[in-house]
Amino acid sequence: MGQIEWAMWANEQALASGLILLAGGIVAVAGQFKGWQFGAYGVAAGVFITLLEYPRSKRKKGSTMERCGQKYLAAVVKLFGPLTRNYYVRAILHAGLAVPGGFILSTILGTVCLGIASIIYFLAAIRGEEWRPIEKQAEPKPRAGETIKRPPENPPPRPPAEVRRKQADEVSVGGGHVNPIPVTDNV
Amino acid sequence: MGNWIVNEGLSIAVIIVWLGLNGYLFWNFYLVYDEGEKYFYSRKLYGSALAWARAPAACLNFNCLLILLPVCRNLLSFLRGSSACCGRSLRRQLDRNLTFHKMVAWMIALHTAIHTGAHLFNVERLVDARVEANGTIQAALTDLGDREGESYLNFVRSRVPNPIGGINVAFTFLAGLTGVVITLALILIITSSTKTIRRSYFEVFWYTHHLFVIFFIGLVIHGAGKIVRGQTDKSLEKHNSTECEDKFTEWGNITSCPIPQFAGNEPMTWKWVVAPMVLYVFERLVRFWRSQQKVVITKVVTHPFKTIELQMKMKGFKMEVGQYIFVQCPAVSKLEWHPFTLTSAPEEDFFSIHIRIVGDWTEGLFKACGCDKTEFQDAWKMPKIAVDGPFGTASEDVFSYEVAMLVGAGIGVTPFASVLKSVWYRYVNDASTLRLKKIYFYWLCRDTQAFEWFADLLQSLETQMQERDNANFLVYNIYLTGWDESQATAFSLHHDQEKDVITGLKQKTLYGRPNWENEFKTIANAHTSSRVGVFLCGPESLAETLNKQSIANSTVDPRGVHFIFNKENF
Repeated sequence: MGQIEWAMWANEQALASGLILLAGGIVAVAGQFKGWQFGAYGVAAGVFITLLEYPRSKRKKGSTMERCGQKYLAAVVKLFGPLTRNYYVRAILHAGLAVPGGFILSTILGTVCLGIASIIYFLAAIRGEEWRPIEKQAEPKPRAGETIKRPPENPPPRPPAEVRRKQADEVSVGGGHVNPIPVTDNV
Repeated sequence: MGNWIVNEGLSIAVIIVWLGLNGYLFWNFYLVYDEGEKYFYSRKLYGSALAWARAPAACLNFNCLLILLPVCRNLLSFLRGSSACCGRSLRRQLDRNLTFHKMVAWMIALHTAIHTGAHLFNVERLVDARVEANGTIQAALTDLGDREGESYLNFVRSRVPNPIGGINVAFTFLAGLTGVVITLALILIITSSTKTIRRSYFEVFWYTHHLFVIFFIGLVIHGAGKIVRGQTDKSLEKHNSTECEDKFTEWGNITSCPIPQFAGNEPMTWKWVVAPMVLYVFERLVRFWRSQQKVVITKVVTHPFKTIELQMKMKGFKMEVGQYIFVQCPAVSKLEWHPFTLTSAPEEDFFSIHIRIVGDWTEGLFKACGCDKTEFQDAWKMPKIAVDGPFGTASEDVFSYEVAMLVGAGIGVTPFASVLKSVWYRYVNDASTLRLKKIYFYWLCRDTQAFEWFADLLQSLETQMQERDNANFLVYNIYLTGWDESQATAFSLHHDQEKDVITGLKQKTLYGRPNWENEFKTIANAHTSSRVGVFLCGPESLAETLNKQSIANSTVDPRGVHFIFNKENF
């Protein structure tokens, strides 16, 4: 499994963990369970993890599917530089964030999920993966001044595009071109 | 509207029935636990969360029954074969098996969330009742079972307070532990099967999905502890809860209100899921048996741009056009099965697949076949291959339409290789019995590289058709969607040549994307009273466009032109 980018799965898992932690926290707070303060922590940590994990990293190879509207969050996540780029940091952060959730039942599922996410992130970090923002490759805008080197030769009105191209072809076909495949007329 | 029903009607009906059954089960079980006399005392302890836990549990049983069925591909293949009499629309439902599998999976996730949330409330309340309740009916109910001759209602017997008491419940009771384990398994399965992971890192998806074994074992024994309890029927006869509710301090002392007796519900889940589990085991046995059959690689052709073609033979192998097989190569991986579309025609005496070398597994296969060596490879050096299949998808229905519109995008063109070859063979054999009169073929491609081997095929078809004086049978359009300035210049230079610069075909390659509305309109005008089958193997967005166009361009008149949209499931 040499080409798997584990961080992509870790990201999905961490995002789900954030949501599960959040949901567990809401249940604990809403039900005023014993130790609901840990639930309140779960809500806060869940929101934080969800926001942190929402922007997907760019894949090393091929195109990456963006999550809907992730570019706004990606810009924020990018601001923290090495803190958010390095997956060792994420692995340790998630492991740390998971601990307080383990003290009440409501958030335990979130804790375990986040622990698993942390392990996968650790694996990704060992394999040298990094979080990189997905940036649209800015297409170089053709600037008017550079592309037009000569003034137009034939003044308007000009013939339709097809006719013009044909005229250009007629000139070039005469240039000694040899067909790669012998042309036979079967029609 | 009428066309929409023809195209989508049965799918929508299936979904509505499924949603309806979910709603019915939820409502039915909600009422049983929310109003049933049997659970009157249970509700005193649990509160309304009891019904909220039990209703989704019923739906979970139902959906876990369904989830295995769409992935029994041999079963589906069998059904598809036996439903030949029932027509196309039924068979088309079987093509949407994976969509249904996903919908059922999301339904399971939803009900799991409700079920788990409700049980969190239940555990909290029951532990609290055991530890704190004093002098209330909750205390009286909780204390039942402490003395001889009583049966408990509150399954929490230890007096460890929350939150530790709650955690103890989750990890010492069978129901708690299995619940945690199977929910974790479900979460891992879901996070590893999002589109990104499934498409790019198939192995992660594939291996993690096998947690379903743990999921189903846990699911079946989840209710075995029988800890959700209700009053027994015998006790209900002697002890009327509405009369005795207020006299809980005197229970057992007055004759009208003896001590109520409670019993757990029989575990139900296994009854729901045993049939699909047996079917699935059977399915796996069929796959195993098939994988033991001897497959001989007769020829390996290396095509340019990292594509190899494997030609194979197997005893008793019978295929139809557009089908796919699962391939396993023990030399690469003993566990992984990968799907490939068959590119040979049923009329040929071998079957073939084209494989693009893009991942670890395909790379491994490439090396195992000795394609990285330059010298000729002997047949005995070929790796052992196991094949499961073939399995049917929509394009074998091509022949039942008078007019077929085939759209392949990128590598999605592969199923149509088989279709076109087979059409040709049938046409040569006996054109008069062939219902299919005309094929419109569209191929959308990002780069010229992938054209190579498919262009060969098209070229030979083209020549053969011209020899038979029927060049109009197949109309094909090739669209190149990615190209740069220098290519554009080359194209315009060769604009007047008879054959295309890229494919060497008579049909010129077109640049950019097709204007679907125009294409559909043209075809509709040319065939005013035909049923046109639209077949796509390509991305979701294109499917949406074509589906919309199919609906928009069909006439309301039943004798008029109708576009029926079909999609492959990769």
